[in-house]
Amino acid sequence: MNRIIKIILLDIIKNKIVLAYTFILAILSWSSFALEDNSAKGLLTILNVILFTVPLVSILFSTIYLYNSSEFIELLLSQPVKRLKIWLSLFTGLSSSMVFSFFVGAGIPLLINSPDNVGFMMIIVGCLISVIFVALAFLSSILTRDKAKGIGIAIMIWLYFALLFDGIVLFLLFQFADYPIENAMIGITALSPIDLARIQILLHLDVSAMMGYTGAIFKDFFGTTTGLIVSFLLLCLWAIIPFFISLKKFNRKDL
Amino acid sequence: MININDINKKFGKLEVLKNVNLSCNKGECIALIGPNGCGKTTLIKSILGMVLPDKGVITFNGKSIHREYLYREKIGYMPQIGRYPDNMSIGQVIDMIKQIRNTNQELDEDLLKAFELEKMADKKMRTLSGGTTQKVSATLAFLFNPDVLILDEPTAGLDPLAAEILKDKIIKEKEKGKLILITSHLLSELDDLITELIFMQEGKVLFHKKIAELKEETHEHKISKAIAKILKRTKDEPDN
Amino acid sequence: MKIILLAYFLSLSVLCEARIILVGKNLPLKTIKAAIAQSTDGDTIIVSNGIYKEGRILINKKIVLIGKNFPVLDGQNKSEVLSVNADNVVVKGFKIINSGHAALEDPCGIRVYDKSNVIIENNILDNNFFGIYIQNSKNCIIKNNTVKAYGEEEQLIGNGIHCWKSENLQIIANKISGHRDGIYFEFVTNSVIWRNVSSGNVRYGLHFMFSNDDAYITNIFKNNGAGVAVMFTKNVKMFNNYFEENWGDSAYGLLLKEIADSYIFNNRFSRNTSGIYMEGTSRIKVEKNVFKSNGWGMKIQASCMDNEIVNNNYLKNTFDISTNGSLVLNTFNSNYWDKYEGYDLDKNGIGDVPYHPLSLFAVLTETNPSAMLLYRSFMITLLDKSEKVLPSITPDNFVDNTPLMKSLPL
Repeated sequence: MNRIIKIILLDIIKNKIVLAYTFILAILSWSSFALEDNSAKGLLTILNVILFTVPLVSILFSTIYLYNSSEFIELLLSQPVKRLKIWLSLFTGLSSSMVFSFFVGAGIPLLINSPDNVGFMMIIVGCLISVIFVALAFLSSILTRDKAKGIGIAIMIWLYFALLFDGIVLFLLFQFADYPIENAMIGITALSPIDLARIQILLHLDVSAMMGYTGAIFKDFFGTTTGLIVSFLLLCLWAIIPFFISLKKFNRKDL
Repeated sequence: MININDINKKFGKLEVLKNVNLSCNKGECIALIGPNGCGKTTLIKSILGMVLPDKGVITFNGKSIHREYLYREKIGYMPQIGRYPDNMSIGQVIDMIKQIRNTNQELDEDLLKAFELEKMADKKMRTLSGGTTQKVSATLAFLFNPDVLILDEPTAGLDPLAAEILKDKIIKEKEKGKLILITSHLLSELDDLITELIFMQEGKVLFHKKIAELKEETHEHKISKAIAKILKRTKDEPDN
Repeated sequence: MKIILLAYFLSLSVLCEARIILVGKNLPLKTIKAAIAQSTDGDTIIVSNGIYKEGRILINKKIVLIGKNFPVLDGQNKSEVLSVNADNVVVKGFKIINSGHAALEDPCGIRVYDKSNVIIENNILDNNFFGIYIQNSKNCIIKNNTVKAYGEEEQLIGNGIHCWKSENLQIIANKISGHRDGIYFEFVTNSVIWRNVSSGNVRYGLHFMFSNDDAYITNIFKNNGAGVAVMFTKNVKMFNNYFEENWGDSAYGLLLKEIADSYIFNNRFSRNTSGIYMEGTSRIKVEKNVFKSNGWGMKIQASCMDNEIVNNNYLKNTFDISTNGSLVLNTFNSNYWDKYEGYDLDKNGIGDVPYHPLSLFAVLTETNPSAMLLYRSFMITLLDKSEKVLPSITPDNFVDNTPLMKSLPL
């Protein structure tokens, strides 16, 4: 296991994209923290990075990397190596490098400029989102052999979670504004990892607003320890389930 | 050593392998031949576990290979078109495979030396010509002294000199009593190598015979002619 | 020489007149009631350490009542503890506990009835229904008291310092917690509330009703049901106060309702659900305040007019401003908004592009609170940005034409 992960990690590091991603994250975070005398703008920038950039880069880079390593996978498969091991090593390698990039690029400035609940929550959630979208990349790349199609699926997945899903929720909210739909809405957020992540950060970032009547509905669920555990479990499931499905498919795939 | 029982494989609607039954034993050097798209490569990949058959069992040393992977330690595989990570150099690929195998047995570096690959160990895989890539594939297949060698079109793309080196190496290994499975279109090349012949057509095994038998049956000295004769005969049969 | 001697004898005679009466468990005089009965106007009664369970103690003479090492006056949950029914009384250094809890009589720790020049200083009031109750009095000073109770529901607890129909009061440096309202003013005029800390009260930290011409300065209102409510009042000055962590349903740092001609200067509102909530408010100047980390910096209802909001800092609020209508009769000028994204080409410190502090999403949540669920999502950010460029739903005259580029040093 370790040998293959090491090989993959070395290969990813050699790939300049991850380094560039880390570098861009770092520039974004540091400059937005340095721009203002309070940390609000920096936090907002990083929040948007977590909700937008991290999913995009994680899913796109991982999908492309997986397609590009089809030769590598084929080569390994002719060697005495378990399929599970190959897939798991790829997942570990990709997700750990994405998490590492996020942590170095955005996590360290967060720790230095905002070493409080908000900062820690953002780091944890950002890392989870990285892993989740790597897992979704595994799913999208196993669904089709065609690289262009696979990348298309990856982009669609990202677009759906980053933008379309919220649009649908907004539509539902105003369509059913006259009904008591708060609880249903909490259920619906579980359907999007980005929303789950965002609400967890929101509860810490906008704690004053969330304590008020508008946020009370969410505070009562997400703000409690149970809610916290449930949403973290859900986030973990969002990483585990797509990867597990892709693993099942990979085990049955002809190369 | 390798037993193939009633293997079926479909890619979508296309039936690639139809009820294939074969058994290959130690010391044999088998040529797997047939027209393009007859299922040779699929059969080989099935043996390697890269393609999972829809039906049937493949056993290696009496054990089913389904969900197994350790048996591949005993197989050296040279693919038809070797595909390697683009941004790795020859040296890195060889090192990587060594790392993955992680064996302490003695390595067979004959081909590495014969092909003079060490001199270009720093060359990236994407810059290599097809022939050089084949040399790398061949080297890797023989490197770990495997009991079984599966060579998919080994000489295609190799220059005559390199092809000769490879042929010598195959003969040498055959003499050690290894099972060697070769696919090729170029029958003339196989003349002095093989002991048995499998002919496939449209996913079926048309015949599996010893060379001596074959020659005797057809009264031909050249394998290619012998095959042509048999094919003609089978073709004529429906007409009769 | 003669004059000095005369002065000496005069002062002696005064001293002779003003006796000092000692009360204590080991002294001849064992009860405060007995001491008061013996005393005459101008006497001083000094009470030693100990627990005195004497029921309701009534002071009906102009005396000074001093406790040594905080003697405890225990109302035993039955009655009012100390009633002041004379002018010029001083009550100092007592620990007054356990007044009764009755809904009709409002029993108090200390109550002043229709008198003037009373000083209540350095007392500790613990577990009383009302702490200190000033009724129809003038020129009183309430200073350095600690007033504590353990109320959980509004109906079951009285106010910490309750002032009714009085004038010229000074409420200074008291610490109040756990009551219904920390400090309550009804029909109180020309008074000042200074350097108090009012925290953890069930309803308001400070509550004004019909009390004109008052000022409250440098107080801390923290973690109350709501910070300060100023209602039906004119001419109140609110300077240098801290409004912090007033969280919850309809919780505000400062609630202004039907008030006019007041001045809110140099206060700090942080981590409240809403910093200031204004309703029916007119001619108020809000100047040089800091609104930081609130859910809503200010909620200005459409019923407000002619208010001036100048030179404030808005930092890290979820929403800086929110309103429930489209009518804008208030002016915003020269504030610092941390969400401002304009530029300053002429380098005069004032942004060249006007700032619209009312975000689309603030309006959306006003009509549909559940929409808070989507806050800070990419979708909403996009909508908000486009609304800032081309206001369509938010009123376009809701604008700060001279937003500051740098926060004010407040």
